[in-house]
Amino acid sequence: MQFPKYKLEKREKVPNWLRLSLPFIAIGISFIFSSIIILIAGKNPITSIYSIFYGALGTRLGIMETLVKATPLFLTGVAVAVAFKAKFWNIGAEGQFFAGALAATWAGINHFNLPSILYIPLLLILGFVAGSLWAIIPGFLKAKLKVDDVVTTLLMNYIMIYFVTALLEGPWRDPVTQWPQSILISTNAEFPKLFARSRVHLGLIIGLLVILAVYIIIKYTKLGFNIRSVGANPTASNFLGINVTKTIIIASLISGGIAGLAGVGEVAGVHYKLTENISSGYGYTGIVVAMFAGLNPIGVIFSSIFFAVIITGANYMSRVTGVTSFIADVIQGITLIVFLAVLIFYEYRLRRIK
Amino acid sequence: MRDILSVTFAIGLLSATLRMATPLIFATLGELFCERSGVLNLGIEGIMLFCSFTAYMVTYLTNNIWLGILFAIIVGMIFGILMAFLTVTLGISQHVSGLGITIFASGLSLFAYRQIIGSPTIPPTIETFKTLTIPFLSKIPFIGPILFDQYLLTYIALILVPLIAFIIYKTNFGLSIRAVGENPEAADALGINVFRTRYLALIIGGGLMGLAGSFFTTAYFNMFLYGIVGGRGWVSIALIVFANWDPKRVLLGALLFGGVDALQLRLQAIGFRIPYQFFLMMPYVVTIIVLILVARNAIAPSALLKPYKRE
Repeated sequence: MQFPKYKLEKREKVPNWLRLSLPFIAIGISFIFSSIIILIAGKNPITSIYSIFYGALGTRLGIMETLVKATPLFLTGVAVAVAFKAKFWNIGAEGQFFAGALAATWAGINHFNLPSILYIPLLLILGFVAGSLWAIIPGFLKAKLKVDDVVTTLLMNYIMIYFVTALLEGPWRDPVTQWPQSILISTNAEFPKLFARSRVHLGLIIGLLVILAVYIIIKYTKLGFNIRSVGANPTASNFLGINVTKTIIIASLISGGIAGLAGVGEVAGVHYKLTENISSGYGYTGIVVAMFAGLNPIGVIFSSIFFAVIITGANYMSRVTGVTSFIADVIQGITLIVFLAVLIFYEYRLRRIK
Repeated sequence: MRDILSVTFAIGLLSATLRMATPLIFATLGELFCERSGVLNLGIEGIMLFCSFTAYMVTYLTNNIWLGILFAIIVGMIFGILMAFLTVTLGISQHVSGLGITIFASGLSLFAYRQIIGSPTIPPTIETFKTLTIPFLSKIPFIGPILFDQYLLTYIALILVPLIAFIIYKTNFGLSIRAVGENPEAADALGINVFRTRYLALIIGGGLMGLAGSFFTTAYFNMFLYGIVGGRGWVSIALIVFANWDPKRVLLGALLFGGVDALQLRLQAIGFRIPYQFFLMMPYVVTIIVLILVARNAIAPSALLKPYKRE
């Protein structure tokens, strides 16, 4: 008996069915790998993975919580996507998220005498500006001084988080409970809920609107063209007369601002105060979300929901099966790696050699 | 305030500098192998975290630190193979592959720790390395306690610097690494196997990152904590630029960062009326400033970030 032989052959064009099915293939393969890890941990992978999906999608409460978790991911995901499109390696969404949360908290705990219709936009504007300012530093350093953006954005996450901790353990510490968290923000600054008996809030709509706006900017505006062009080839863009420096700085500004909005949403929509662990890694998950969406803003919607399912479901699963909820982080990592690996089939195909 | 000017303070500070620099020396030398061969390895942070966990776990289970370190190195090498498969064989973006590995390895560390140890109020500790006091030499005033009363891993790190400089600049293997990192097409034409060389560089690099990770749980602390590596992998990525991809300057960069880290710890202990978090920020702030100062003159290996495809 002879094994059939295959070889990799370069593709001319990516068929649509492949473009759509590849993420599902990646999810399937990554669940196989995750199952092996769950098996090694001595648990049943089938009940574990089933309870992830049941916990996230099987009940009304589960679906609502999944939407709550998807909300910040919409924003951090599309923030990372914009930056990566311009090849600005913004790994700093986590820090920019905290910058936004910080600004929103500042405005919220000052209890300005404003109606909701003004208070909420104030939070959003301040959060966007704070995130932008935090991102524009590495953006400027990259564009003007050729300082590596990966390192600066990453290290600035640590600086921002220490700064937030200093505030929460110092001047902003809750005077009543003495916990390292801020006091509650003004009720007029709180995001309204979208559905009764759930935590789903205005942030969901804001997230979707931002995604739509980014989609339009990237696809139909001159700025979007410049961003794509700089990302594809900065040298050629320069010859085309595109101001590469300016484009990178604007991309960093948009990206950081959107990540900041995610922070605003968690403060004003979910917790109504600032805590040290308000993020649970949304900035980093945003990278996975953006990559899995192929940096496509609309794809970010589906990708965010998928990872929100994993995060929400993993919490439920850990209560039921005793597999810790950190499996969600493992699945995120595996899914990203597997997805990257199968992406090669965009470029090549297997052909059987006779 | 007078404490800062005393000799005891200086000895303590310099000795701690060397100690804090140790994992950075290993990690940055590891990254040096990768980048010299043309591959940026952003998996470094996650690899260090998972290997610090591995060293802890194996030591915890076997009561043998050496076994812990050995496994950390092996696991680091396996991650090196994974990184090589993604970036060398498949030719995927090095940025994203590395971040993917960091996200995966970090998640796996937290998952495995929680699954095996659970979440007890007091994390279980392990027996760690004691400092190895070298007889006679450690008695030399001032220099003795700084240089000759350190962990074994610190001595190894110091020996590795000239050794790796020798490998990179004076051996055929080092020449191959530099060749595939500068001009893979030319190296290929000269009969150097680009793929094999890059695989080897990433495997050695991963092993060194594993060794770096093991320092945190077998010498520096005696337990595993989620934030134990705390961005030092990313600092290494900055140090390699500072060092201009030269092993000897890696030592200088690691000592600089280790010095700031040691200093901020001492300033915290003295108790200024500034929140301690501002001292914790110092190493990261200094790293960014240093990076800004050197960025203009940094010359990266020409083929860094470029996958090699043989037509």
